[in-house]
Amino acid sequence: MQREGQVRIPSGCAISAMISLKGAATTGEAITKSMVPMRDRSNGLGGGFAGYGIYPDFQDFYAFHVFFDDVAAQKECEKYLKEGYEIVKSEPIPIRKIPEITDVPIIWRYFVAPLQSVLSRLQLDEKEFVARTVIKINSQFQGSYVFSSGKNMGAFKAVGFPEDVGRFYRLEEYAGYAWTAHGRYPTNTPGWWGGAHPFGILDYTVVHNGEISSYDANRRFIEMFGYKCSLQTDTEVIAYIADYLLRRQKLTLEETAAVIAAPFWSVVDSLPQKESEQLSYLRKVFPSLLLTGPFSIVLGFDGGLMALNDRLKLRSMVVAEKDDMRYVASEEAAIRIMAPNAEKVYAPAGGEPVIFKVQKGAL
Amino acid sequence: MSVQYLSSEFDVVRNLERCVSCNLCVRECANGVHRIDERSRKLVVDESKCVDCQRCVAMCPTRALKIVKNENSFKENANWSADLISEIVKQSNTGAVLLSSMGAPKPTPVYWDRILINASQVTNPSIDPLREPMETRVFLGKKPEQIRRASDGSLDVSMEPQLVLETPVMFSAMSYGSISYNAHESLARAAQELGVFYNTGEGGLHEDFYRYGANTIVQVASGRFGVHEDYLNAGAAIEIKMGQGAKPGVGGHLPGAKIVGDVSRTRMIPEGVDAISPAPHHDVYSIEDLRQLVYSLKEATRRTKPIIVKVAAVHNIAAIASGVARSGADIIAIDGFRGGTGAAPTRIRDNVGIPVELALAAVDERLRAEGIRNNVSLVVGGSIRNAADVVKAIALGADACYIATAALIALGCRLCRSCQTGRCNWGIATQRPELVQRLDPNVGARRLVNLLSAWRHEIKELMGGMGINSIETLRGNRLMLRGIGMTEKELDILGIKHAGE
Ligand code: SF4
Ligand code: SF4
Repeated sequence: MQREGQVRIPSGCAISAMISLKGAATTGEAITKSMVPMRDRSNGLGGGFAGYGIYPDFQDFYAFHVFFDDVAAQKECEKYLKEGYEIVKSEPIPIRKIPEITDVPIIWRYFVAPLQSVLSRLQLDEKEFVARTVIKINSQFQGSYVFSSGKNMGAFKAVGFPEDVGRFYRLEEYAGYAWTAHGRYPTNTPGWWGGAHPFGILDYTVVHNGEISSYDANRRFIEMFGYKCSLQTDTEVIAYIADYLLRRQKLTLEETAAVIAAPFWSVVDSLPQKESEQLSYLRKVFPSLLLTGPFSIVLGFDGGLMALNDRLKLRSMVVAEKDDMRYVASEEAAIRIMAPNAEKVYAPAGGEPVIFKVQKGAL
Repeated sequence: MSVQYLSSEFDVVRNLERCVSCNLCVRECANGVHRIDERSRKLVVDESKCVDCQRCVAMCPTRALKIVKNENSFKENANWSADLISEIVKQSNTGAVLLSSMGAPKPTPVYWDRILINASQVTNPSIDPLREPMETRVFLGKKPEQIRRASDGSLDVSMEPQLVLETPVMFSAMSYGSISYNAHESLARAAQELGVFYNTGEGGLHEDFYRYGANTIVQVASGRFGVHEDYLNAGAAIEIKMGQGAKPGVGGHLPGAKIVGDVSRTRMIPEGVDAISPAPHHDVYSIEDLRQLVYSLKEATRRTKPIIVKVAAVHNIAAIASGVARSGADIIAIDGFRGGTGAAPTRIRDNVGIPVELALAAVDERLRAEGIRNNVSLVVGGSIRNAADVVKAIALGADACYIATAALIALGCRLCRSCQTGRCNWGIATQRPELVQRLDPNVGARRLVNLLSAWRHEIKELMGGMGINSIETLRGNRLMLRGIGMTEKELDILGIKHAGE
């Protein structure tokens, strides 16, 4: 049977997310529990989380979370890392052995800083260098897979139900200002850990429920810019698109949403001139980054979250708030677990981005 | 009596019980097949002149006529087919190069027919085009590499000129001269109504048609016929014709007999003189020369028009396209082996070039590998036969398609492949006033609009089935295609998987 990446596997899913606008830290316990009522949306073949603000002591370093198939792969990968980075800490990611999670690979984390000498020799900015490293390892280093690579944040994922994955990674021991979660329902899978969500590059992570019909158009476009879609999953290509539009093209979050869930021409043509021109421009320049087909996603980034549905709203997604907390989930039941008294529950319209950012100065 | 080396290709079958001797067929057949015998005053036929254009059949009020293949046959021979024998006879009669028109009729593989399209089931919903918006608008032209911002922080929306198409199908180049005034008017009006473009070909633009300029692509070919500043500025885009799929490597030849009146004026050449377009542009012997031509046309139009470079699909098309994409061209049009023509040497038409499906797949992949796919849009033609071909072409990587033969069929053409004779009974490939007036531009335009409207519906239906509601996300989406009955190598070039994979 082919491993994920050699074959494209469609899947349905559950997502959930929370953020404190004041930047207050919450442990990973609540987000883990939020996935329990949505158990029907997963099938035990993939679960994962991303936490933001979880590594305050190492906030100046990129935190690489890596799966290795074996020690040989780890050695080879570390050798490559050392050529470009100073590794300030290298350790196994703490886990809890539980019967629900089996076939555990080597799960390691590194806190690293790119070597200035290497950056100046390659004339690359730091983030671009890190992104290239991750793409190179994931596409060329057999048996090594970097699944998290941002600063002061981290993704945790495994084959299993999400609530078990949360316990396995001892998420109650981490505290962050924002969390996202994902439970996966792949229609067929060799059960590889790398295939679970979230998928991320630098500090951008994506959890996603849906199956985009535009996948290959998106993939073939984004691969022109140095990205390599080694997993053949929607989430991976969406994360790369977010990185390309936000970091490399420097679009705003709203503009990014207008590219990937572009309003229909009938709407654009009827808007006031300036707005219409801006939106048509984005559509003309990035037609191949439009996503069609059903999706609900939560994009995590340094300092915030953005929730977005496809433009026809073909997947459920609700948001709610309570005090300084904001929540997003596939189902309201998940939000009620995190905040039983959550208010202003509403379902954003298709293509309407919901952006939550931690208040300035709070972090 | 002389030997008749060849029997006629067709038999004209007249049902005498139905025939009312109205003699309409006599007037309709410009080839003089039907005739009234002077002495007997009876209808007689000379089937040797029949080209099977089906005009008399279509016009006969009592449906008394049928044109059928002549059953007379050569002794069967798997090596020496009837076509080959006939060609040898014709050449030994005349000593001349064989000429033919329209696309190659030989059974070379049509890859469109070996490609199947996907549809959504269960994991992803299909979309009903009757209930949900289904977008088919595309923009052709160069896209910026990096966005820029104005001083107020908003996006600087200026960009290279673009062509906007409401449906990704345009009418490709057919010159005034090779086809009639009424055929051109039908195409121009239909393009305007459909929100697409038609193409003047290399015959210049008749002064009456300047008013359709917003939906016109003006062509500059090696003969430079009819090219002047107003002409260049009259259209929405300029196409440099470097080659044509039906006859790669050779130029064009419009016989003096067709260079009459307005045609001569529009081409800016004297009446009755053969219009010969040389095989190469004599100012373009290399890619650098092409770049100069592209930029001089841009300058001549103050950089307001996208420049299309049309090339024939030949063996190293990917490398050629990569060069063209770096030449400043905004759009590359690739014309395939099966593309039509008003006249081409038969040997060239049937043996030179490659199918457009393979050329398109190779070019799209190459431009992506080089990271320059955004520099240009890709338009493909030769031959796109229906909406499914359009969908397959776009999924392979095209931005839009060119059609010509299909458009002519809508106007009446029955592919008799005799355009070079100038006696088109349908008023299309002719300049004879009595034939031209048979094509009413009102009817012609309506039939073209009907055709493309029908295609648009079908394209939307196929897209909806795939769960795609915007044509942009179909472009290059090769996972939506599967091959059937192809070799590993063919699949590899097309960049698609086999059905069942
Ligand atoms: S050439 Fe055309 S019109 Fe004349 S007999 Fe043949 S089919 Fe009829
Ligand atoms: S355009 Fe006229 S002459 Fe040419 S193939 Fe069609 S029907 Fe025949």
